[in-house]
Amino acid sequence: MDITVNILLTIATAATPLLIAAIGELVVERSGVLNLGVEGMMIMGAVAGFGAGYLTGSPWIGLLAAIAMGAVFSLLFAVMTLSLATNQVATGLSLTLLGLGLSGMIGTSFVGQPGVRLPNLDIPGLSSIPVVGKLLFGQDPVFYISIALTAAVMWFLFKTRTGLTLRSIGDSHASAHALGIKVIRYRYLSVIFGGACAGLAGGHLSLVYTPQWVENMSAGRGWIALALVVFASWRPWRVLAGAYIFGAVWIGQLHAQAFGIPVPSQMLSSLPYLATVVVLVLISRNKRLTMMNTPASLGQPFVPDR
Amino acid sequence: MSANHDGANLLEVRGLTKIFGTLTACDHIDLNIAKGEIHALLGENGAGKSTLVKMLFGSLEPNSGEIFWNGQAVRITSPGAAKKLGIGMVFQHFSLFEALTAAENIALSLDDGSPISSIAAKARALSYSYGLPLDPESLVGDLSVGERQRIEIIRCLLQTPQLIILDEPTSVLTPQEADKLFETLERLRSEGKSILYISHRLEEVKRICDRATVLRHGKVVGHCNPREETAASLARMMVGNEVQAVVRAPVEGIETAQPLLEIRSLSRKPATPFSIPLKTISLNVRAGEVIGIAGVAGNGQGEFFESVSGEVLQQDAASVRIRGKDAGGLTITGRRLLGAAFVPEERLGHGAAPRMKLSENLLLSRHATDGRAFVGAGGMVKSGAVYAASQRIIEAMDVRKSAPDPEAAALSGGNLQKFIVGRELDRRPSVMVVNQPTWGVDAGAAAHIRQALIELSRSGSAVLVISQDLDELFEISDAIAVMHNGELSKPMPIAEATFEKVGLLMGGAEPGHAEHTLETA
Repeated sequence: MDITVNILLTIATAATPLLIAAIGELVVERSGVLNLGVEGMMIMGAVAGFGAGYLTGSPWIGLLAAIAMGAVFSLLFAVMTLSLATNQVATGLSLTLLGLGLSGMIGTSFVGQPGVRLPNLDIPGLSSIPVVGKLLFGQDPVFYISIALTAAVMWFLFKTRTGLTLRSIGDSHASAHALGIKVIRYRYLSVIFGGACAGLAGGHLSLVYTPQWVENMSAGRGWIALALVVFASWRPWRVLAGAYIFGAVWIGQLHAQAFGIPVPSQMLSSLPYLATVVVLVLISRNKRLTMMNTPASLGQPFVPDR
Repeated sequence: MSANHDGANLLEVRGLTKIFGTLTACDHIDLNIAKGEIHALLGENGAGKSTLVKMLFGSLEPNSGEIFWNGQAVRITSPGAAKKLGIGMVFQHFSLFEALTAAENIALSLDDGSPISSIAAKARALSYSYGLPLDPESLVGDLSVGERQRIEIIRCLLQTPQLIILDEPTSVLTPQEADKLFETLERLRSEGKSILYISHRLEEVKRICDRATVLRHGKVVGHCNPREETAASLARMMVGNEVQAVVRAPVEGIETAQPLLEIRSLSRKPATPFSIPLKTISLNVRAGEVIGIAGVAGNGQGEFFESVSGEVLQQDAASVRIRGKDAGGLTITGRRLLGAAFVPEERLGHGAAPRMKLSENLLLSRHATDGRAFVGAGGMVKSGAVYAASQRIIEAMDVRKSAPDPEAAALSGGNLQKFIVGRELDRRPSVMVVNQPTWGVDAGAAAHIRQALIELSRSGSAVLVISQDLDELFEISDAIAVMHNGELSKPMPIAEATFEKVGLLMGGAEPGHAEHTLETA
């Protein structure tokens, strides 16, 4: 029983950074901007989170620093693509490369240093209920943030007027502009929100998942988050499902490798990717629904003619 | 000129100028719009009407000139500022979001925070009271052009503006719908609202407009009272010379001619919950004739066009036959190779790729049929030949453009349409199917396109024209069939057709009625 609970807990921990980064990117893409810099913003968040936590001794300050770093780093992308109308794909890729390099440089003195870890939530009484206690009331704070964030984004996008406006911009920025909607302002805020989420996801890596600094510790999670958004056809609850399927198969195959199952380890390592794609493709079979949810102006630079 | 001219101007424009590069799109425009008048803005494509209107609605910034609103000098810096002043706009190129519902589209342009459901109810009530019925829950992507325009109009009216700018509002309406719209406009005028009405249809300008301002090449060439003018004199002011009337010689012995396009009990299930099923449509188009299909927007014309053109394949290969061969199972390219050509309703994104050059758009639709001319050894494109062909079309159709080989999106709607029609005519197809050939195209260009279609048929081709413009169909067709709710009436020879008969069929009168008149005639 304990083993099952522990496995479930590790799945949640593995899925949380993917979920947060993907939810942030979902908002960005719903506004019609494709930011391929998630990996770079995530790793910058991770190094800032570790550094601030290490220097101040407070993991909470670390977490805030991670969020702020992600947001500031994404601002660079926003200025380039939104104000200067550069190519979003190229700018996003260079943001990732810049983030990976810069974080390594900033983090040289952090390598091998002991980090601080965000304490798990521990509600006396509730957390000690068998099985559910630990799952529901004994996880790290970022887990709860990730679930709340998903629900909040879902509500924001589909139940509020501002969310509708944001989706309309993603559908057609020219039409939105013609109606007097401030396209660029909305997109700036979306990109910064996405950056803050990626930073938070990075902070989770260096303050919860493995409380230390290792170069390239994001290990491609930013790319997985990006893929999740597309395969989930830009719908928040599917992103959640995708992140947890990925997390579950990931943890499952690690255990399988540890047990020495006679399957090549490369095969097992590719399973999470395969499983996530298959499941998300299966649930996105409704073409019409997918079409409705795909931001039609995704990745196109917008220059209002004056 | 007008009785309430003194000091009662809602909008005054003085010397408004807009320059794009070397082109002066608007050159010192003066315009007065009084309270409670319907003011027509006339001019050919490229005369500067759209640019002027965009400056009034704040989406373009003038280089110089002044705008007075209720006597106060104002700067309209954004569409939001225009809306705040009380200027509403119904766009020609729709500013709708396809992935959203009609109600959501309307909500986006209203600044109050009322819930979507109450906006939907308001929109539904308003749309029915103005005779422009609308289902607020429907997805815009599933709607026809005519239905989309209704959303635009209702959306504008819900903002309760003082000045309403309508850009080509009737081009997709039936005569009855247009009458309803005119009633609406007259009602708005009696409520003291002003309307700036852009149209190419001179008869309706004469009918409802109090004053007119005519633009040509970016300059105001005259103000007039359209009621005192004739359609011909208005056209002369717009174009600068006479517009040639379309000539259609009657055809003899068409009954014995070879049918080149045969539709045999074509049926289709609705592709989406909002689209119309086609119900056993049969039609023959013979060599040498033009058949027109009339109908209110959204009665299955789009679905019918898709089925005939091969964008959607048929189960029964014999349901569409081109030049005597079963074509129902062939793709667009397959049908083109049999000698057919197609011009879809939407120009940008369907008829042409907006961000590609005209020559590239030419290659896209003709790489297979003209493979020998355009594609050389090893699949290399003969760009010289493609360019030469596109220039030939540009010249033949009098396409006006700003660069030798511009992107499709850089052309005005009418000029792009001339190119798209010209691209297909240039092949001398034996079967030509056109959906809305002259939608939003000015009088001169429309006459050119219509004449070209008639000449194609007289040279031995079968031409099928789907249009919501009855004037156009009566001008060019040898017989008119009406599509209503996915059913097609029998074609009525033009000699027996009247606006009234066709209008009744469009409204859903018994198809048998028309058959009966045919037999007794």
